[in-house]
Amino acid sequence: MRTKLDNFALEISDLNKVYSGGTQALKGISLKVKEGDFYALLGPNGAGKSTTIGIIGTLVTKTSGTVKIFNHDIDQNVSIAKSILGVVSQELNFSQFEKVIDIVTTQAGFYGIPKFVAKPKVEIMLKRLGLWDKRDDQARTLSGGYKRRLMIAKALIHEPKLLILDEPTAGVDIELRREMWDFLKEINNNGTTIILTTHYLEEAEQLCRNIGIIDHGEIVVDTSMKDLLRKLDVQGFVLDLEEPLKEAPNINGFEIRLEDPLTLVTAVSKKSSINNLFSELNNIGINVKSMRNESNRLEELFIEMIKK
Amino acid sequence: MKDISNRTILITLWTLTSKEIRRFMRIWIQTLVPPAVTMSLYFVIFGSLIGPRIGEMDGFDYVQFMIPGLIMMSVITNSYANVVSSFYGVKFQKSIEELLISPMPHWVILLGFILGGVSRGVLVGIIVFCVSLIFYPEFEIANLGLTLLVLVLTAILFSLMGFINAVFADSFDDISVIPTFVLTPLIYLGGVFYSINILPELWRQVSMANPMLYVVNTFREGMLGISDVSISFSLTMISIFIFVFTSLSLYLLHKGIGIRE
Repeated sequence: MRTKLDNFALEISDLNKVYSGGTQALKGISLKVKEGDFYALLGPNGAGKSTTIGIIGTLVTKTSGTVKIFNHDIDQNVSIAKSILGVVSQELNFSQFEKVIDIVTTQAGFYGIPKFVAKPKVEIMLKRLGLWDKRDDQARTLSGGYKRRLMIAKALIHEPKLLILDEPTAGVDIELRREMWDFLKEINNNGTTIILTTHYLEEAEQLCRNIGIIDHGEIVVDTSMKDLLRKLDVQGFVLDLEEPLKEAPNINGFEIRLEDPLTLVTAVSKKSSINNLFSELNNIGINVKSMRNESNRLEELFIEMIKK
Repeated sequence: MKDISNRTILITLWTLTSKEIRRFMRIWIQTLVPPAVTMSLYFVIFGSLIGPRIGEMDGFDYVQFMIPGLIMMSVITNSYANVVSSFYGVKFQKSIEELLISPMPHWVILLGFILGGVSRGVLVGIIVFCVSLIFYPEFEIANLGLTLLVLVLTAILFSLMGFINAVFADSFDDISVIPTFVLTPLIYLGGVFYSINILPELWRQVSMANPMLYVVNTFREGMLGISDVSISFSLTMISIFIFVFTSLSLYLLHKGIGIRE
């Protein structure tokens, strides 16, 4: 993996945004993302994620603060800063009536890549994203998944050093989501710094090395994924039983509830061992057929963080 | 302050301009054919059928007098319509984000749309002129240089106005209000079909306040060698308005009014 973690791909300092209606979307956030990183920016709806991305891509005018992309200030060196940035917006933002191949070739032209140089690049990109067979189709005729792929192809055609994806897999099926994950991992391994916002917390856990959580316009967490998950004290398990029960067993040190006659749900703290639970259950004649995690670990943490 | 190279800027400008030209050429049946059909009807009704009964206007056959006015009318409406619909279209479809996120400077975005509008305006002007030759084959252009200059300046001016309209537009209604309720009446009363010399003194003076009169008459000076107004004054005013509208458009883009949150 090629990373240069001493340089910053993105530096945000004291960023504020007050919309014309008076809503303060960002309250002086500061954030640094190192070159080569795969960074997750999470937060509930309306937390300020899209506003932050909008400001970085100059789609939203900031009220105050500074944003630097690879040390290029978006106020002073805007063209240079934008030439090394790729953004996959949450909403589709291409002409629905143009052909797929024309959309991506034109996008290359907007970054100063002449057509004869863009042509082979576009072919490679469309083939890599499974869009080559659709190249002569009008964009409006594509399915939702292919439209998301087109958004990614557009954002990557000028080979940006920093790629920002605002919920790129929203509404796509599991298979395509996995394909996109592999693709994003590959381009990150090739050196592209990636910042991702997502509602699928599993996605952030699978892909990202560092994580920021934004809530009510403030960064409430900025740490590594490992450190964050380490903070998780309690893990939930669902136990499928061999015989039905009438009520939940009372076992010292474990909170257990009966979901239905054949299912127990329990929370096990890091201090306790799951083996203890099994032996206690065994002692009172309850046999467990199978076990699974109750829910995504990160999801629990996320809810805990934004409650504070 | 570092910046992108001139070569990069030229490529971005060419990309946007060719995209704009491709857009109106792709829908040629909506953009290029209607002016030819409408103007043919004008020539048939007002030129061939009613024209001979009217006789001469300022010393020219009526159909011949109408040709510069009808060409200007087509250039004005088409250059305006091209930019207002295209720029509002990219706002509506959000594909304006492609432009705003790219390293393209604001003046290139403006110039790309204006060149698209000018291309359509001039092309439609040529088409209408070719149609007019069917009805008046012996037409000769008096001053080709002035004709081309006014043709291009007018297309630039009304492309800029279309751009400003699109920046402020929030709905499709907003892009049809100005062409329907402002441009069309001013064009019809701006000397396309008549010389203001036939009007009573009061209405002649009122007509002098109509900016379309200057555009139409300067073009008529180029094509026929006659005008109701001073050519140098008209050209100066057109140039001043181009300067003012260009500055306003760049200011709007810089401030992000209507395009950034």
